[in-house]
Amino acid sequence: MLKAIGVASVQEIFDRQVPAGVRLDRPLALPDGLPEQEVYEHLRALAERNTSAEQELSFLGAGFYDHYVPALVDMLCERSEFLTPYTPYQPEISQGGLQVMFEYQTAISELTALPVSNASVYEGPSAVAAAGYMAKLHNGRRRLVISGGVHPHTLQTLRTHARGYGMDLVEVPIRDAVTDARAWAEAIDADTSAAIFAQPNFYGAVEDAEALSAAARQRHDPVVVAQVDPIVLGVLRPPGECGVDVAVGEGQALGNRLDYGGPSFGLFAAREQFVRRMPGRIAGETTDLDGRRGFVLTLQTREQHIRRERATSNICTAQALNALAAVVYLSWLGRRGIVELGELLLARTAYARRALGSLEGVRPAHEQPVVREFALALDADVAAVRRRCAEQGINPGVDVQALSGRPQDQGLLLVALTERRSKSDIDRLAEVLGAAVAAEREAVGV
Amino acid sequence: MADASYPSELLYHPEHDWARVEGEEATLGITWYAQEQLGEVVFFEPPAPGTSVSKDAPYAEVESVKAVSDVIAPLSGEIVAVNEALADDPSAINEDPYGEGWLVRVRLSDPSERDALMDAASYSSSVGG
Repeated sequence: MLKAIGVASVQEIFDRQVPAGVRLDRPLALPDGLPEQEVYEHLRALAERNTSAEQELSFLGAGFYDHYVPALVDMLCERSEFLTPYTPYQPEISQGGLQVMFEYQTAISELTALPVSNASVYEGPSAVAAAGYMAKLHNGRRRLVISGGVHPHTLQTLRTHARGYGMDLVEVPIRDAVTDARAWAEAIDADTSAAIFAQPNFYGAVEDAEALSAAARQRHDPVVVAQVDPIVLGVLRPPGECGVDVAVGEGQALGNRLDYGGPSFGLFAAREQFVRRMPGRIAGETTDLDGRRGFVLTLQTREQHIRRERATSNICTAQALNALAAVVYLSWLGRRGIVELGELLLARTAYARRALGSLEGVRPAHEQPVVREFALALDADVAAVRRRCAEQGINPGVDVQALSGRPQDQGLLLVALTERRSKSDIDRLAEVLGAAVAAEREAVGV
Repeated sequence: MADASYPSELLYHPEHDWARVEGEEATLGITWYAQEQLGEVVFFEPPAPGTSVSKDAPYAEVESVKAVSDVIAPLSGEIVAVNEALADDPSAINEDPYGEGWLVRVRLSDPSERDALMDAASYSSSVGG
């Protein structure tokens, strides 16, 4: 073989192809191999260091939430017809898979009050980035205006993608935990392709979606994008009724467990005028030669196998299994159930905000309306307080500044509620958080 | 339109586009051969009036059930009108490619470019017709 390709040794292939400056001039410093049983013990010990929401009382949120997932979701998702397939290259042979996509799209379309949904994208932040790219394809403009109330990870993702799209990102400051309306309107100029906000936002606050959309409309009419938490759409007015053009979001809360951060899926729904610019796959309903109901992948000319480098996206691997969990979950909840769940979250969140906000050294970080999550301002070091709570088996929430890196977020703790956190769980959190804050203040001599 | 047809009053571009030059303006479209190759056209995305088109460069897309294809400008100029009727029903591109299926009208920036285009006989023989 070496002779056939005209080199004397394997080393010569590397010498010729890989520049000396990037080559390692010694063997990789890897430990010796271990017997399988020792590897097992090693991995078991590593796995034991993980803590799950089943083991501690967790109020973590900020995008991923510990909702109850009914057994029905696992039962259907574990069927091999759904569990094993890779992305369908001959999709019409798998009518069940296409029907699931179609039902999922229908559910997302109803939730968001937007007529077209795709069959899902990777996850929340990349869904926002995809919306930014779609806006560029739509109106050819170069700027993305984004509210500072959007999750920091989403901002980072969009910033990374925007550079590749040749777009500039303009971040609008927040004021009293919501998008500064005046700065928002001023930031939107004639070259603004999309105006993006989160509902509810990163601080748990409900934005005035109608006012933000209307202001954008009046200011040069960019594509208005809302990043939504789908589980609260039973109680919040859906984006399609607030003047929003594109609703995107993290879908994990719908029937997907935390699973240490993934996998999950992103939802993507839009007004009909955007359908040919949308990323991802879209399943459509049709009739066969005999007039029977059937399903197809529709509008495939947008996709990479036809449009090549000018495709609307290059999402090849489906998140179909995660989206299946979502549609099973939504079907299980039903139209009434998602409203009741939203009302329950509202009630528990209001109770928790009152109970925790009245503790010594703790106050609500803002007075904006909230649904399922809210920020507290602690008069103590958040990381130290969280450590003290962890000793009591409680994770009180997210250290906001640790996630955002913003100076103004110092002292903020983001507390999320789900239906799995009962009133007595909240009372227990109040007790432990109150004690932790008091102890920390005493320790540093406040 | 079932049978190949290349009207003699039109000029043709090798990328299967036609131009009907009338004074300083020209109407542009795709040829019978192009629509036959594409199959049923389901969508036409026109450029905005006022934008410039350059000879040999794409200025619009036609989408058929099989593919999305660029439409190449046979002549340079500025778009003065687009066929709005195609937005709701692009089937005229298949049924009447030289009439109701016209795509855009341009004000020519360099009328001498027409000298580089083919007449119906040369285009017809280039597509084996």
